[in-house]
Amino acid sequence: MLDDLAIRLRQNIGFVTAVLLFAVFYLLYNLAHPKGFSSAVLVQNGDEIFALAMLAMAQTVPVLMSGLDLSVGAVMTMVGCVASYLLAGTIGGTPLHLEIFGLHLGLGTFPGGITGILLGMVACVAIGTFAGFINGCVVVYGRIQPIIATLATGAVYIGIALFLRPTPGGKIDEDLNWALTNSLGDFAATVHIFDDGGAGWFAPFAWIPVPFVLLVLIALLVWVPFRRSVTGRAVYAVGSAEGAAYMSGLPIARAKIAAFMLGGFFAGCGGLFLAIQTSSGNADIPQAGAYTLNSIASVVIGGTSLLGGTGGAIGSIFGAMILRVISFFFRIFDIAPLLQPLFEGLILLVAVSIGALGMLRVRNTLELFR
Amino acid sequence: MQDAVLGQRGFLTLSGISKRYGGVRALEDVDFACERGKIHAVLGENGAGKSTLIKIIAGVVQADAGNMRLGDADVRFATPAAANAAGVVCIFQELSLLPDLSVADNISIASPPRRFGLIDARAQRRRAEALLAEIGCADVNPLMRVRDLPLSRRQMVEIAKALGQRPQLLILDEATSALTSADVEKVYAMLAKLKSEGVAILYISHRMHEVEALADRASVFRNGRHIETFDKGVRSTADIVQLMIGRDIATQYPAKPPRRPVKPVLAVENLSWEKHLDRISLGLGAGEIVGLGGLDGQGQKSLLLALFGVLRGVTGRITVEGREVRPGSPAAAKSPAVGIALVPEDRKTEGLMLPMSIADNLAIASLDAISTGPFVNRAKERAAVERGIARLQIKIGAPSDAVSTLSGGNQQKVVIAKWLMTEPRIILLNDPTRGIDVGTKQELYRLMRELADHGAAILFYSTDYDELIGCCDRVAIMYDGRIVRELEGAELTETNIVASALNVDAANAARAAAGDAHA
Repeated sequence: MLDDLAIRLRQNIGFVTAVLLFAVFYLLYNLAHPKGFSSAVLVQNGDEIFALAMLAMAQTVPVLMSGLDLSVGAVMTMVGCVASYLLAGTIGGTPLHLEIFGLHLGLGTFPGGITGILLGMVACVAIGTFAGFINGCVVVYGRIQPIIATLATGAVYIGIALFLRPTPGGKIDEDLNWALTNSLGDFAATVHIFDDGGAGWFAPFAWIPVPFVLLVLIALLVWVPFRRSVTGRAVYAVGSAEGAAYMSGLPIARAKIAAFMLGGFFAGCGGLFLAIQTSSGNADIPQAGAYTLNSIASVVIGGTSLLGGTGGAIGSIFGAMILRVISFFFRIFDIAPLLQPLFEGLILLVAVSIGALGMLRVRNTLELFR
Repeated sequence: MQDAVLGQRGFLTLSGISKRYGGVRALEDVDFACERGKIHAVLGENGAGKSTLIKIIAGVVQADAGNMRLGDADVRFATPAAANAAGVVCIFQELSLLPDLSVADNISIASPPRRFGLIDARAQRRRAEALLAEIGCADVNPLMRVRDLPLSRRQMVEIAKALGQRPQLLILDEATSALTSADVEKVYAMLAKLKSEGVAILYISHRMHEVEALADRASVFRNGRHIETFDKGVRSTADIVQLMIGRDIATQYPAKPPRRPVKPVLAVENLSWEKHLDRISLGLGAGEIVGLGGLDGQGQKSLLLALFGVLRGVTGRITVEGREVRPGSPAAAKSPAVGIALVPEDRKTEGLMLPMSIADNLAIASLDAISTGPFVNRAKERAAVERGIARLQIKIGAPSDAVSTLSGGNQQKVVIAKWLMTEPRIILLNDPTRGIDVGTKQELYRLMRELADHGAAILFYSTDYDELIGCCDRVAIMYDGRIVRELEGAELTETNIVASALNVDAANAARAAAGDAHA
């Protein structure tokens, strides 16, 4: 058993480093924060982390296949803009219309109330997943490298977002915003469960931030099963040695499309949350780009190799949290905010260097260039 | 003959199978059969068509013509997965393992045990442990990544993986080449057990003693044709060697100058590296072409890479013109102080930058010589490029065309011209005529001799024995990382090369061959 533990530790050294780094950083942050270790601080941090953590998970799946997805920020933005139409929660429903070259198209009425909100959320995530499906098809059937395929599709998704929201706007149901961006206690109060105070067991958990719960749920209910499915295994196999994966009779095309769909699903979740959190839709191009680049950094810090085959989405969540905690530091310490990119860059360099240590053991230097 | 009888009750039966790659004929009208409960060896020289044969059986490539029957049904496998599903399992020479996945993952990769639709990690681990124990390899922890295992263990994992697929027809392609002798015994025991269970086994090996020990029947292939199938004990080793060589149309080679004492240029003493080079000692003189022979993968390529500074952790001494050198990189190896050039194995990835122009490719290794300060001198570059093109008579449109537009033969000429521009003393050639038409081959042979006559020392690895005999003043045969024999003059015959390459008793083989000739 000790053997097994040692092996697992050695194989996941990048992940373990990320977890430890985050633990140290977050402890220091809470110690330095005047209201450290409080539910309020946790809630605020959870809200700020969630979208990037989702995009980091989204980026992980293609990276495991040694591809990059440059469209994750765009998918997030597009889904956010859709959400700002569908989640208004207006009683009696939201009339939908599109204006194309001066032509007004009525698209009927999207239902309001709780049904409408749930339906809208499902639709948002489905749109993200569909965008990922398109990415996968372009990569598999167009035989185009992921990085360039998603650069193109990402531009299309941003275009759709701009078409939907030429200027920031739209509306998100206020209760929905309140329920999902605060603590579990606030969530319970908003959706009226435990109103009579009957559930005593719930009280000790009331301080936990909802975004944190959502993050754990998505990781456990979506990522972990995927990781243990045959398709998930095939994704790792393709990133490890595509030829050997083919020779082992694995479904390669299916794995690639599934990887991008899962990426689209996570990016859609991120966009949905960002819209709920900001109560609006905004086709913000610089923001989409920054999220995409930070998602790649998160993946690398979290211990996933850009060459594919090793790592996982849980590590990427920690990578995203590390990046965010660094920015939190700038709020409480008296450091010029302009230094933030510099520190983020240094952290990224250290994390990547740890991953590259294995190169020192290579005996045939030609292998370094393959 | 026996073949006719065999064809009627074969488990796997091939008839009229042909396969071409471009203009190259890999298999021609092959009839072949193997039975359940028999170990059937497939023998042949490099390029005889053995690999293509098993690739067709395993669904990796499709035959152009012909028919394949497995059991009672006509089959045609479009993918390796389809072949696996029909019970045809192959252990390839190039491992099919996934380096970043664990041993347990790899063993169950094709159809992992599942619970509620998801992979059951515990069951998968138990399965891996059971299969590893079955082949006597219980010391491998199934959690280990394949990447972290030594090559011999990886090969055992590969075998466990194949075993786990419950094969009806098991194909082993040089599956024991990296194993320790203790492991080989375990594999033999496993094969004997499978055989008794009625599995049909195709066994491809270059190790004659293995074939003699294991096989119930053997088929010899040559130049893409099935030559003969015979039962154990019918043919002697010498007969088999003779069958593998056959009679070939001779190629024209430039005349060899008479042997005379040469000025030593390169001396290698006790060179060792990992498990691939074992105390190699070899000398190379000015004006000499020395061949490296033997079966594929006996360390010849590693030797060339070691001399060219690509490998780390090489032990032993390398001296160039009496000075000890220790090139740590190709850049150091090509420097004027050392003066080594290597025409690499894979021209498309290691020899050329395909999208770049012919001129760029020609000048790329000798930029120092044609630069003024930090800038490339365009006039010198143009002159050097023109000289290179003229010297090797490379057929091109314009020097600014992408090198990928050239034919294989002309591409190889660009690689060689590129290295000649560095004015090397020592030229290492890694199978330079592979995939090249006969005309260009003959030009290259003439060029090699011409370079040698001008004082270059040439070390020439080729998988084509005929070529080694025709071009080389001397041939060193490698087996298992060692030089087992050096042949020159009258000794330099195909029989001797094949016998040394198989590491069988050369004297016996030669005697038998001579006896055949008299008969």
